[in-house]
Amino acid sequence: MDQSRIRNFSIIAHIDHGKSTLADRILQLTDTVADRDMREQLLDSMDLERERGITIKAQAVRVAWKGHQLNLIDTPGHVDFTYEVSRSLQACEGAVLVVDAAQGIEAQTLANAYLAIENSLEIVPIVNKIDLPSADPDAAALEMTTLLGGAPDDVIRVSAKTGLNVDQVLDAIVARIPAPQGDAAAPARAHIFDSSYDQYRGVIAFIRVVDGQFETGSALRAMALGTQFDAEELGFMSPSRVPVKTLEAGEVGYVITGLKDVSALRVGDTLTTRKGAAPAGPLPGYKEVKPMVFAGLFPSDSDDYPDLRDALERLKLNDAALFYEPETSRALGFGFRCGFLGLLHMEIVRERLEREFDLDLIVTAPNVAYRVLERNGDWIEVHNPSEMPVELEEVEEPYIRASIIVPKEYVGTVMELNNERRGTFDHLEYLSPERVHLTYELPLAEVVLDYYDQLKSRTRGYASFDYDLSGFRAGKLVRVDVLVGGEPVDALSLIIHREFAYDRGRLLVEKLRAEIPRQMFDVPIQAAIGSRVIARETVKARRKDVLAKCYGGDISRKRKLLEKQKKGKKRMKQVGGVEVPQEAFLAVLNLDSDRKKS
Amino acid sequence: MSNVQHLYVHLPFCVHRCGYCDFVTVVGRAGEHGSYVDALLAELELEKNVLAAPLETVFVGGGTPTFTELGELRRLLDALPPASEVTVEANPETVTGELASLLEEAGVTRISLGAQSFQPQLLDVLERQAGPDAVRRAFHTLRDVEFDNISLDLLYGIPGQSPADLDADLAEALALAPEHLSYYELEAKPGTRFTHAHGDELGRQAEAMEGYFEQAVETLTGAGYRWYETANFCLAPDRAGGRDLRSHHNLGYWRASDYLGVGIGAVSTVGGVRWRNLPSLRGYLAALGEGVAPPREVEPLDDDTRARERLLLGLRLDEPLPLDAGLAEVIDRSARERLTRGGLIEPGHIGAADSLALTKRGRFLGGGVTVELFADVPE
Repeated sequence: MDQSRIRNFSIIAHIDHGKSTLADRILQLTDTVADRDMREQLLDSMDLERERGITIKAQAVRVAWKGHQLNLIDTPGHVDFTYEVSRSLQACEGAVLVVDAAQGIEAQTLANAYLAIENSLEIVPIVNKIDLPSADPDAAALEMTTLLGGAPDDVIRVSAKTGLNVDQVLDAIVARIPAPQGDAAAPARAHIFDSSYDQYRGVIAFIRVVDGQFETGSALRAMALGTQFDAEELGFMSPSRVPVKTLEAGEVGYVITGLKDVSALRVGDTLTTRKGAAPAGPLPGYKEVKPMVFAGLFPSDSDDYPDLRDALERLKLNDAALFYEPETSRALGFGFRCGFLGLLHMEIVRERLEREFDLDLIVTAPNVAYRVLERNGDWIEVHNPSEMPVELEEVEEPYIRASIIVPKEYVGTVMELNNERRGTFDHLEYLSPERVHLTYELPLAEVVLDYYDQLKSRTRGYASFDYDLSGFRAGKLVRVDVLVGGEPVDALSLIIHREFAYDRGRLLVEKLRAEIPRQMFDVPIQAAIGSRVIARETVKARRKDVLAKCYGGDISRKRKLLEKQKKGKKRMKQVGGVEVPQEAFLAVLNLDSDRKKS
Repeated sequence: MSNVQHLYVHLPFCVHRCGYCDFVTVVGRAGEHGSYVDALLAELELEKNVLAAPLETVFVGGGTPTFTELGELRRLLDALPPASEVTVEANPETVTGELASLLEEAGVTRISLGAQSFQPQLLDVLERQAGPDAVRRAFHTLRDVEFDNISLDLLYGIPGQSPADLDADLAEALALAPEHLSYYELEAKPGTRFTHAHGDELGRQAEAMEGYFEQAVETLTGAGYRWYETANFCLAPDRAGGRDLRSHHNLGYWRASDYLGVGIGAVSTVGGVRWRNLPSLRGYLAALGEGVAPPREVEPLDDDTRARERLLLGLRLDEPLPLDAGLAEVIDRSARERLTRGGLIEPGHIGAADSLALTKRGRFLGGGVTVELFADVPE
């Protein structure tokens, strides 16, 4: 199709502000999906996405509107997936910004809107849910224009639920968003903004053609990685796959590659033809995503290790941001150290492993990536607290710039929380007489455990939060080791600010004492910095463990009882002969909420 | 294969079923005592070819064997094969001069008297028929007919029991100078009337029990008793004129010897096969009335299972357990070393590996030690 009749756009919205409902209405209004085939949130294909009301993977669907081809490229709505959002935005010329008429703009929406503006996208602002009794469309529109510019009159008032004014949104997309400006005659180049894996057809790449055109069967190459393959099938989503012979400049569609190795194709890379390859080189935007949050994933049953490895391999096909490498823990056996974009990403990976692959996992407490200057002058990156050298010159930890939007009565509460978490105040502005936008510098490590939960509970759910990384800074950090029965438990080591080390160490050993059942010997539990013990508790030995009586009629039953106990023990993790239940490895996760309660 | 040395005879009849009891019992049914004894003798007749002659031990348990109609009890005792140790269980309220003489005349050598406690309120909780005075009277009645091997059963962990109650029970028991004492932890079975009625208190008792167990062991060993099995004590030979007052019948179980059991619910283990008569009185009487074996559950025991049983039983005793190849097969050697280092197993046997013995602390933890020692258990 002539590029002048193509519009490529995303929808940016906060969770529950109605993005998926709007997408559903667009599919219906453009007759892409017959009414009878309509089901709620059609584009959220994973169960997890529907349940959590979020989009994890981008999807692209083509609709027709008044002689135009409109490509809706869906974006993840969460802070962890900024990279995926930016890849999707790169495939668009515009973005529909959805704000709930009752809630107003939220921190994540703001962050993604800024990201769109940085990518020179045209914003089509809309206020949704105007049918709600509590809706205040004018206030929401004013908030949007205060933050993003433009006139309140240009903000379209919509009810995606009832379909009211959704046609105006489609008209505005055609009228306001620029057509693609690629060179249709130039050598073919396309931007890969997403990929998925089909077990029969291999890797499927979702592409935005920038220049030239692609034909089914042609020999292709990914410019950054150099991977070569043939375009087995080209097509677009509507919303299921519709094969076409060619994809032309400006169009959005998919390529079935037949590749069996997902790592051979990366989101962000540029696709070109092998014959007459684009001399202009790859499109900008490709980068290795750097995970900032790490945790150990171990199978509860060590026999499941190969299954966990296969499952991670499979997930990685669809999730370029997932990082993993084998890890061996003395306490937990063989597993993987995994890197995630953030906490939600970690939670999603864990849930998918447990649900889709039926694995029973132990996930260690998450930590951030640290940069360590060794005594020999080398900088190393540490992903695992137990690998932190004891002797070192300096440690740097990642910091974030946190953006928090909160009703004004909670500003004090949020400041208090941020101070507890070593935060530095940066900026405060009123978005409206009622709502305040706060920015803070915070160590990422202080955010990964339970910051978001605390923020939500202390502001009764009103605060919204987003962040971006602002770089590494030196900190007075120490490694606290936990020793059970005199042996260090690598999976329980943590890196912590010196000022908090004593308190957290004490809380941790108290918690472990409660979690570790009494054994046949006294079990000392210690927290230590290097060789200095900073806290100690003892799980006292049992004094009695006998079968009450055992005569001729009791023997079979008592034997079976002991055999069953033996099997139960096999499932516990052994640390130097001490049985440590799996719950104990999670003890470190809840230290802060306990601190708050006490 | 006539080498079984131990015979157990089950007399299920009771005047009342106590709330905590989990034995096979039959309340009342006086009219059936005679036909039951007939059936017992018929079953014995069917199985007698496995028995050695003479036997080492006979144990008549219940139920309340001494609640059985006296004529029938006498008929049974007279018909049983001879043995060097013949024990009969008795409940205090059934012990009369007549009964005591009957038992003595029938060749009974040992009486196991179910005292349970000397505290009236605790006996009430247990729904026992006899009060403390009845226990003492029964004991003296038995002594009067020259029984010189009497065992008392006592319980700890009874709902409402305090450490002081336990001290008082121990003192009362010692005052009677029994030759033997069995001291059991009350095992409340989930789902029973008793557990339902005393749930919370049973939880509190469970916490107190490790103290009670130590208290009982310390007091009794301090008074010259030998703690020869996890729950059993007997006067040491130097206090008993050199006699070995252990229950030789029960030693048979703990040494994993074969035994024959007759009567409803009775269990036998002979030549690698274990069977248990089903508990139905009606079915038992019907089968043996026709001269055929009663309905049974049969459990074949393979060598490893038998070896695990030898371990779990043998470690209950205060004598070293001889370690043969079969036992070595089911024992985790690294666990053994760890437990030795931790002071639960007597050192000095590793290497030559001829026997296994627990330290005193190890005996308090014998169940846990056994579990640790088990090498992998089949699914």
